Amino acid sequence: MSIAIADHVRDIPRSGIRDFFEIVQTMDDVISLGIGEPDFATPWHIREAAIYALERGRTGYSSNLGLPRLRRSIADYVRKHFGLRYEPLSEVLVSVGVSEAIDLALRALLNPGDEVLYHEPCYVSYAPSITLARGVACPIETKAEEGFRLNAEALERAITPRSRVLMLNFPTNPTGATMSREDLEKVAEVCVRHNLVVMSDEIYSEITFDGSSHSSIAACPGMQERTVFLHGVSKAFAMTGWRIGFACAPVELIEAMMKIHQYAILCAPIMGQDAAIEALDRGEQSVEKMRREYEMRRNFIVGALNDMGIPCRKPLGSFYVFPDISSTGLASREFSLRLLSEEKVAVVPGTAFGPSGEGHVRCSFATGLPQIKIAMERLAAFVGRMRA
Amino acid sequence: MDALIDLLQQNALMPRADMARLLDLTPESLEAAIAKLEADGVVLGYQAIINRERWDTEKVTAIIEVKITPERDGGFDRIASRIAKFEEVESCYLVSGGYDLLIVIEASNLRRAAAFVAEKLSTIDAVQATATHFRLKTYKENGAFHQIDTAAERLAVSP
Repeated sequence: MSIAIADHVRDIPRSGIRDFFEIVQTMDDVISLGIGEPDFATPWHIREAAIYALERGRTGYSSNLGLPRLRRSIADYVRKHFGLRYEPLSEVLVSVGVSEAIDLALRALLNPGDEVLYHEPCYVSYAPSITLARGVACPIETKAEEGFRLNAEALERAITPRSRVLMLNFPTNPTGATMSREDLEKVAEVCVRHNLVVMSDEIYSEITFDGSSHSSIAACPGMQERTVFLHGVSKAFAMTGWRIGFACAPVELIEAMMKIHQYAILCAPIMGQDAAIEALDRGEQSVEKMRREYEMRRNFIVGALNDMGIPCRKPLGSFYVFPDISSTGLASREFSLRLLSEEKVAVVPGTAFGPSGEGHVRCSFATGLPQIKIAMERLAAFVGRMRA
Repeated sequence: MDALIDLLQQNALMPRADMARLLDLTPESLEAAIAKLEADGVVLGYQAIINRERWDTEKVTAIIEVKITPERDGGFDRIASRIAKFEEVESCYLVSGGYDLLIVIEASNLRRAAAFVAEKLSTIDAVQATATHFRLKTYKENGAFHQIDTAAERLAVSP
């Protein structure tokens, strides 16, 4: 018997990243710049706090929305770092990573056929998550020459009567794009005028460079009431495996998200929640230390790429560069496959993040400097051969 | 400057070209920045961290608490610098608490370490009392771990 899979699931393409990962797995001695997670282990004080919590036997369920103590820490952290005030017990939901919170928000907001706008290239899960929530994914292409920022006019042009939600992710995975407060205000004004709900995934917000600081669109006039602020501890605190994210939003939306969350997930793992309290309350120094390290590696990788004639913008956030490899005459996927087989360096083809990523590859600098250095030497040799 | 000091502290031997690239400086301005740190006495020197389990295992290290009588002029400084000048003394700190100076000494063997305490340190007039703790094992030194943690496994490609 063949099992029939639901149409909307069957039609979702496999992730371009997963595809690539399977090839990489079969090879030895690959230097990977394809990794979207910090190379640091979770700072010790956070791990130690989790061990302490386990020793005390804190191993049960928590309240559906998350430990009240953690929700208070989240509200304090978000107020301090983003200038946003949320009621900890009613406007904050702790999720299994930001990914789950995105799914919850989409499912809570969309009726079948509602359109969700998002800027592209973007994180790989956005379009499939929209489809799974029975929405219609409407990408807005962003351009390298505009630093992959979302242009308010392009947004306005993409809006239709079915447009319901705008998803934002700044700093952006994979481009490292950032938006200034003024850029965000222009986008915010369009959202208010067209009554869009904004889901703002700000997971990389602590990882910003050159003294630039991150602003949240939720802090723009008229926005907090229509924004789902999404964040978590994975990237800044090097806690990807703990799976702790959170959503802050108006109470009626949190209530709706909670219905889905309680039946699908029940609650985020409590050991992760206990660790997240320590991270948010006392992790600032650890974050700053890692941020400085990323900034230096960014300088190194951007300098090396530009020196070999691969144009690369210096990103002001995230731990990714998104260089333009079109001068090699290869398409992104071919470039990545050949670089992998000929030089054993893994990067992710830009097209894994949407068709507008063509001509680019994503290199992560969440990898130690010695590896980055060797990878850049191998890459330079490869690029030289392609041009010869 | 903070980032440069971080790098020097982590690994002063890192090739200068890499360091310049990490800091987004030209090689010349990096050299100038390092020269300035040295000239200003911010950077006092560069040293290797030696694993004593692997090299010169006879050598002993002792941490000594020293109680001293401060002088009317100069407080602890003169006596502290007098103690610090002994070549056995690797580090010397004035500390708060139950005693005054915390010194770290290295000697080629136990007998010499004992001789230093008995003959040199304790005989100084201002020294009222000492308590000597010999190092048995080192777990971490100057930020470096003596046992290397096994690297955690990561996926080769992830979103």
